[in-house]
Amino acid sequence: MTSVLDTPRTRLSGPEPSGQGPRRRLVVIGNGMAGARAVEEILARGGAGQFTITMFGDEPYGNYNRIMLSHVLSGEESDADIFLNSLSWYQDKGITLHAGVRVDRIDRFTKHVFSNDGRVTPYDILIIATGSRSHMPPMDGLYTPAGSVKPGVFAFRTIDDTRKMVAYAQHEHHRRAVVIGGGLLGLEAAYGLRSHGINVDVVHSAGHLMSAQMGPDGGAVLRRSVEALGIGVLTGSRTTAVLGSDRVTGISLRGGTDIPCDMVVVAAGIRPNVDLAVLSGLPVERAIVVDDRLRVQDEDDIYAVGECVQHRGEVYGLVAPLWEQAVVLANHVTGTDTSAMYLGSRTATKLKVAGVEVASMGLHGPELDTDEHIVFSEPSRGVFKSIVVRDNKMVGATLLGDSRKVAYLTEAYDRGLPLPEERIGLMFDFGTPDGDAGVGELSDDAQVCNCNGVSKKTLVDAVQGGCATVAGAMEATRAGKGCGSCKLLVRQVVEWAADGAVEEDPVANYYVPAIPLDKQALMAEIRKRGLRSVSAVFQALAPGGEDARSKMGLASLLKTMLAERYMDERDARFINDRVHGNIQRDGTFSVVPQMKGGVTSVQQLRRIADVAEKHNVPLIKLTGGQRIDLLGIRKEDLPQVWADLDMPSGYAYGKSFRTVKTCVGKDFCRYGTGDSTKLGIEIESRFQGIEAPGKLKLAVSGCPRNCAESLVKDVGVVAVEGGRWEIYVGGAAGAHIRKGDLLATVDDPEQVKVLAGRFMQYYREQANWLERTYAFVPRVGIEHLRGVIVDDAQGIAAQLDAAMQASVDSYVDPWLDRDDPQTPGQFRTSLPLTVLPQVPVR
Amino acid sequence: MSANHIPAGGKTFVLGPVEQIPLGEGRAFAVDGGQVAVFRLRDGSLRALPAVCPHRGGPLADGTIDLAVVVCPLHQHAFDLATGCSTTGADNLRPYAVSMDRQQNLVLQLPV
Ligand SMILES: Cc1cc2nc3c(=O)[nH]c(=O)nc-3n(C[C@H](O)[C@H](O)[C@H](O)COP(=O)(O)OP(=O)(O)OC[C@H]3O[C@@H](n4cnc5c(N)ncnc54)[C@H](O)[C@@H]3O)c2cc1C
Ligand code: SF4
Ligand code: FES
Repeated sequence: MTSVLDTPRTRLSGPEPSGQGPRRRLVVIGNGMAGARAVEEILARGGAGQFTITMFGDEPYGNYNRIMLSHVLSGEESDADIFLNSLSWYQDKGITLHAGVRVDRIDRFTKHVFSNDGRVTPYDILIIATGSRSHMPPMDGLYTPAGSVKPGVFAFRTIDDTRKMVAYAQHEHHRRAVVIGGGLLGLEAAYGLRSHGINVDVVHSAGHLMSAQMGPDGGAVLRRSVEALGIGVLTGSRTTAVLGSDRVTGISLRGGTDIPCDMVVVAAGIRPNVDLAVLSGLPVERAIVVDDRLRVQDEDDIYAVGECVQHRGEVYGLVAPLWEQAVVLANHVTGTDTSAMYLGSRTATKLKVAGVEVASMGLHGPELDTDEHIVFSEPSRGVFKSIVVRDNKMVGATLLGDSRKVAYLTEAYDRGLPLPEERIGLMFDFGTPDGDAGVGELSDDAQVCNCNGVSKKTLVDAVQGGCATVAGAMEATRAGKGCGSCKLLVRQVVEWAADGAVEEDPVANYYVPAIPLDKQALMAEIRKRGLRSVSAVFQALAPGGEDARSKMGLASLLKTMLAERYMDERDARFINDRVHGNIQRDGTFSVVPQMKGGVTSVQQLRRIADVAEKHNVPLIKLTGGQRIDLLGIRKEDLPQVWADLDMPSGYAYGKSFRTVKTCVGKDFCRYGTGDSTKLGIEIESRFQGIEAPGKLKLAVSGCPRNCAESLVKDVGVVAVEGGRWEIYVGGAAGAHIRKGDLLATVDDPEQVKVLAGRFMQYYREQANWLERTYAFVPRVGIEHLRGVIVDDAQGIAAQLDAAMQASVDSYVDPWLDRDDPQTPGQFRTSLPLTVLPQVPVR
Repeated sequence: MSANHIPAGGKTFVLGPVEQIPLGEGRAFAVDGGQVAVFRLRDGSLRALPAVCPHRGGPLADGTIDLAVVVCPLHQHAFDLATGCSTTGADNLRPYAVSMDRQQNLVLQLPV
């Protein structure tokens, strides 16, 4: 029992043994990167036994990795993948999370917080981690008369901001954007929008890009790299107004120039969220003032952490300092180490901004007459290096486009290491005592991955524990799994730790892991040696012999290359291709009767219904590709189900041509200008079943309203006025979202079939295994594809057409296996005897 | 009791002709109330493991194999065919002894 005389202050002085006495109430305001990390650190110190924890977060989500929003914007990452702590994490840890609830006021005398859902929550210890928000610099026309931000104007701070930007950027009428602010965030925003095919200009008020991180010379080199991405750059320009009455039509610059655009992204700096603190009478200067314990100045029970904090006059806007703060805070709050002190962070920024490696620390240029300034600049390669030396210590560095020496420089900067006589050794490897000096000289506790707080020692331990590949060590430690900017350093550490014995990650260049050849070299060898089966390829070309993980890719490649001359070995196929169905999580399979172009008939529907009834099909589901999926079929029942259906099956599995989605088209639709259904059926009939490096999903729409979603398909066709057809390639609407690129506009459906087939054949021959068209098309570039496929620039068009025709001609209906199994026990059950069915039945 | 449970006692089971299993593939057999996946490698040798993947219950006999491992079809965890040890960090399996008699029948030995 605690006596009434026990004030919270005295209880704070030592940790209570867990499970004894009432737990104190810990309340956290702000559920962002700092707030959630502080709680994780507290839990790691036994905090669950000491506290009942309540968190408030303005955003209606668990905690996510804010720095990954740039990747979400560019489509490299899906928003689902960036969550660090899902809502169930809070539940598991016994934390009460009020997501989507904002705290409006703190009463520090009665120790309560008041939130906008009317709740009053008492606390013993309070942590404020409210972060920052985007700063909207004053300009005319930013707001509508009603007071909201004008439609088309965006901030770039939260997951909601990012989702809205993506949706807006993908709208077909939105072609042009202006990003206000040429710092880290602005460039990331510009890069992200560019990958949605939007034309982007960056307007920056300072004289050069990223002026907070580097000097004018570096800025000039960066500008070239950014412009090479197709992004326009205007420096020394200030935006004075947003134009347009109900939505954005452009911006005005000081001096009178107007730039027309459909969207404006404001990335002109951040402002700490301090309203709450000010209103509650806490000390605020530029941000909430804290001491070396992260305690709010003159408060006993209130801590603050993250971007909302001012410590010794500094406000930090990167995550690395937040992690250091969270550790000190947790040590104090839990009483684990009451001598812990936060003395500030030296910020060294290591980032990949708009695809360019950027590292920056300390001074950008010389300040005293005695400062040495060493500069190397190679603008054509986008490389720039600048180092400032004072009293034989490094006091600043900027690296652009080549961060090989970044580890060594960071360490030299952080610890004031003595520098080599020959200064050039700071910039290039040949000057240092040996090539590995950079990493070798790093201290054990040097943090390699800032996002996940992985030290050099942790990585080295992982390598010594047997993870001798970069990917393996990353997997084991989570290093490099955050923003990814440290991947190069991770690689260097792993290579150093493995002492040259680092195993290459073969998947990187090889077509399949077991054969040390890229796709084109592998194809050449196969041709040269006349290999016709997967086992023959292993025998001839795989140093380690047969390899399970390489089989499927090889089978696909051989089939593509050889058509009917391919010698099929069933064991080289994945189970889906052995039994012609898609394996489900419970080991059953699915059957998808063929419905070309999504068209069916009364007879077919009746037959499908009868079969579903006869076989007690647990789930009947319409697929995204306009077909009917019969799920939960046992392997041994497949042949009978196919026989009872007595209709061709559809491709719903495997890396192959799958389906053509169509809209109603001109026969029925009021708007239709082309017969999309007919063309869809013809395309599906022609290309059914052909293998490819990844699945191929197609669509045909009868007019630009695009009801079949043609713009986000591997190949999408759209009828336009005048009986013409547009062909788009490289679209996707799955985990990745991408609008396809316009390949060609042609006059008739026959040409559509020719060009679509030629594109698919080129993709089959050139793409890496499992590389979908949405990655392939941007990799080789639409201009290149147009050259090869439409203009026959390489003179291989006839060859591509013939190869595709051979594949089409060699098509055999695989479902005929039902009457004539290809291998003994092809459809024999592999299931455990007891556990069917696990797939939920609705 | 899991579907894999096979009572101890060192029993021998004859599972029929080896041709039931195509080269380079696996097949599942119901043995003594449990299930065993028997694999016939491309070099002709035989291996046997429990039929149920310890990860999420995937059907191992449907996996893809080479001379060393079987890769589960559901989430691609791999298991050493000789030792049953997972090479991808899943739980390990306990292998069974399997051989062929003179009539080319599969002979499975359950552990004592
Ligand atoms: C697009 C983008 C890219 C970035 N890239 C990098 C990078 O590459 N490297 C790097 O180091 N940093 C990067 N940053 C900066 C980094 O994200 C921030 O430094 C970090 O998120 C700050 O953490 P925080 O917890 O202090 O604030 P936040 O993460 O902003 O969290 C604060 C949370 O508190 C909530 N909140 C605010 N007020 C209240 C209230 N009154 N009641 C309840 N909840 C409230 C907010 O809604 C928010 O969810 C990037 C930032 C952005 C936006
Ligand atoms: S895409 Fe055009 S033709 Fe096809 S259904 Fe929609 S509106 Fe009609
Ligand atoms: S069930 Fe076998 S890998 Fe997941």
